[in-house]
Order: sequence, then structure tokens, then C-alpha cells
Amino acid sequence: MSEVNFAAIPQVFSKRAETATKIIGVLALLSLIATVWLGLFVTPPDQFMGNLVRLLYVHPPIAWVMFVAYGVAFLSTLLYLWPRTRDLRFDRLAGASSEVGVIFTGLTLLSGSIWGRPTWGTWWTWDPLLTTTALLFVMYLGYLALRRLPGDPETRAKRSAIGGLVAFIDVPIVYFSVLWWKSLHQAPTVLDPVTGKTYIHGSMAYTLLLGFVAFTLLYVYFVAKRYRLERLKYLYDRVLLDEAIQERKREAADFKAYGADKKSLVPTAFAENGPALGDARFFGTEEESVVGGGEAGR
Amino acid sequence: MLRDAFLVCEKDLRIELKSKIIFNQVLPFGMVVMLLFGLAIGKFDSNSLVTASGSLSNGGALKSAAAGLFWIAVMLSAVIGVQRSFAIENQDQARDALRLSALDPAGIFLGKAGALLFQLVVLEVIIAFGAVFLFGMHIATVWFFCLAAFLATLSLVAVGVVYGALTSGARTKETLLPLLFFPVIAPVLLSATKACEAAIAGTPSSGMIWIEVLLAFAFCYLALGTVAFGPLLEE
Repeated sequence: MSEVNFAAIPQVFSKRAETATKIIGVLALLSLIATVWLGLFVTPPDQFMGNLVRLLYVHPPIAWVMFVAYGVAFLSTLLYLWPRTRDLRFDRLAGASSEVGVIFTGLTLLSGSIWGRPTWGTWWTWDPLLTTTALLFVMYLGYLALRRLPGDPETRAKRSAIGGLVAFIDVPIVYFSVLWWKSLHQAPTVLDPVTGKTYIHGSMAYTLLLGFVAFTLLYVYFVAKRYRLERLKYLYDRVLLDEAIQERKREAADFKAYGADKKSLVPTAFAENGPALGDARFFGTEEESVVGGGEAGR
Repeated sequence: MLRDAFLVCEKDLRIELKSKIIFNQVLPFGMVVMLLFGLAIGKFDSNSLVTASGSLSNGGALKSAAAGLFWIAVMLSAVIGVQRSFAIENQDQARDALRLSALDPAGIFLGKAGALLFQLVVLEVIIAFGAVFLFGMHIATVWFFCLAAFLATLSLVAVGVVYGALTSGARTKETLLPLLFFPVIAPVLLSATKACEAAIAGTPSSGMIWIEVLLAFAFCYLALGTVAFGPLLEE
């Protein structure tokens, strides 16, 4: 296969936006390192939770990013569905944001369980927030699967937007129904997660704040990168289609020229250069076997 | 719109009357699921077969979970019902014919939902008898059970028809539809189970809040489906 021609990769963002993305990436990395250092080595252990409190610098910021990600995805879905603001950019943003959101939902559940085991004494409890988060996770995995269905970009965007809307409407219903279920049938026996957050001050507050900033920067960086990738994929598909059409036109012209004397069924350009683009995608195996002298039994 | 809905509903029911796919395949599937629940969680001890009062016992675990198991069986059957409902449209380009028919998309949505609702209600009656028969479920307040079941089924078909239309063109529809469908109807499962438990216990007032949840859910998704079905069919 041919090598990647980096010069040919089209510019998705402006130069300034590319630089901004890079700076955000570097800042995210630096602030994450700082959060880790402050969280693990500088801040003191908590009076009640001991060293477990260090999860405070990770778990709430991740959960916050999850909310931001789904919020952005929902807003861009609405903007896509609204006829006046309908634009594939919003569809891409919804896709990028919800993909990052799913990753952070997984991390929220994971870090929450790790925290819940020593503090609540259980990996899992059917608390409304936990249950809603878990359902949100599977719901948006479904949404991402829906996005991956083939189709032309407009159809896919519309389909994903409606699917996303169905899922998003469900979130409050799930939350309240689980809330009523618990309040009707079981007194809250587990510790409230808020109790772990009592009396934060000094270095702990700064570290928590830094954690929020770090993970938010990471989110922005991920979404920018993912958005760029979606756009490139779109352009790639379109360019490939254009090339394929051009190639087919040339081929047809060659057939016309050669078809007159019926000497060969193989067009010149094709016979000399082999399959254009070095890709069997545009030419079926039948045609290849014609070029190769008809290797029988291949 | 209602006339169109009636036409589509009649068409689907007529196809079912001729093909009997739901009756011959989906309904037995629901019964199999009920039997499997019995095997999986029924505690059957020959010593406890005759209880103190002298009556036969069907196993406590099954009886106490009967409402939930009933709804799981219904939902598993419902997802197959939705697939069947759109398999009809995928045959012989019926979907294109439906689009060319100039019927109101909202009418098509309501018609398909109506036909599925009717089929599922019939299926539920039979599965509920199965639960009474196999699990020893005793419904104290039958009207409340029926009300909860009707609203929950309305919610199921509303979501089911939207997602069915969304995935019907895709090659991976068999695997994708359950993944999309089940998380969204999770609150319906919860509310329907709790409302039916209230009906079984004979305390409708404690189940009223779940009826409200089911009403809200059914309303949201019927409204969404009515609005969104036009763009979905255009694909």
C-alpha cells in the first residue's frame, strides 16, 4: 500500500485553532500531572476517610466531565434537529462529545465502585444516581452503535439525532423512577456520598479545583481531536467517492476507444498501471483476474 | 391522521391474521421464557410442597418475583414483536410503498403502534395466565393490573416503533434493536413491576405513583414518535 501523504491531509481547523488544540492538550497534561502530584503527595489524608479521600480529586471531576459531555451532545443534537441551525458540524460535535462522555461514564462507574467498596462497604448500590449512570452508559453505547450504522452523512446524522433524543428524554424519567422506588421501598441505609466532602479547605480545595480544570481541559482536547477525525473521515469518504467516479469515467472512455477493434477488453490505463489507487475496492476480483491472465481457481 | 392510523393498523393485523407469526412464534417464545424462569429461580423442594395450611406451594421466590418475571417475559417478546412489525415492511419494498402511499407519517406511526399494542395485549393476557398458573401469582385488584399493563404496553410500543423504524434499514438490526430498546424501557419495567405488585397486593393507592410514571413515559414517547416518524421514514 502507498504511504500516507501527510501534505495531502486537508486542513480541518484553522492554523490558530490547531495551535489552540495543541496548547489545550499540553495544559491538560500538565494540570493532570499536577493533580496527581498534589493529590497523592501534597494534600493531607482526611480526618474520616484517611487516604481514601484522594479519590475526591478524581471521581467528581470525571463525573462532571460526563455531565458536560452529555450536555454538549444534547445541545448539539437539538441544534442539528432545529431546521434553521441544521449543520453536519453539530452532528459531528454530538458524536465526538458523546463518545468522550461514554468513556468518562465508564470511568465514573469504575472510580465510584472503587471508592464505594471501602467507604460504603459495597461495590454497587441501587442508588438513583448510580442506577441512572449505569443505564446512561449502556444507552449511549447503543447510541454510538447507532452512529456507526452505514449510510450517507445526512441520513446518519438524522437517524442518530432522533436516537439520541429518545435516549436523552429517558434520563430524567429513569432518575425519578429509581428515586421513588428507593424512597418507597427502602430507607437510605448507605452513607451519603456527600458526607465524604465535608470540610474541604486549603490544599484539598485547590487540588479538587485543579482536578476539575484538568479533566475539563482533557475533555476539550479529546473532543477537538475526535471532531477533527470525524471531519477527516467525512472528507476521506467524499474524496474516495470522487476519485472512484473519475476513475470509472476514464475507464469507460478507454473501453470506448478499445472496444472498436475488439482486441482487448482491458483498458490501456488499467493494463499499464494495474488497479488505480492500488486498491481492489474499485475493481472486483473478476477484473483483476483478467489482468493477471485469468488465474483459474483463485 | 387517525384514518391513516386505522388503515395501517388494520393492514398489520390482517397480515398477522394470515401469517400468524406472532401467535405461532412470539407467543410460544414468551411461554418458554416463563418456563425457563421457573427452572432458573424456582425453589422446588418436595418437603415444602405441602404447606402448613395443606395447600400446594409453588415456590416462594417465583411467587414474590412473579410481577417482575411477567414483565421481563413481555419485554423480551415485545422486542421480537417490534422486529416482526418492521420485517413486514422490509419485505417486497413495502416500506417504499408505504412512503409512496401519501399516508400521514404520524398516522403510520400510530397505526403500527396500535397493531403492535393489540398483539402485545393479547400476548400479555396469555402470559399473565401463565404466571398465575406456573408461579402461583394471585392478582387481588385485577382492574389495576390491567390499567398498569395497558399503560406499560403503550410505552413499550411507542419506543419500540420509533427504534424499530430507526434500525429497520440496517443490516445489524437484530443485534442493535435490543441494545437500544432495553435501556430506554428500563423505567417502564420498574414502574410496571411496582404497579403490578401493588395490584397483586390489592393496594392500588400505593401503586398510583407508578401509573403516573407510566402515563408520563407513554405520553412523551407517543408525542416524540408522532413528530419524529416523518423524518425517519424519509431515509
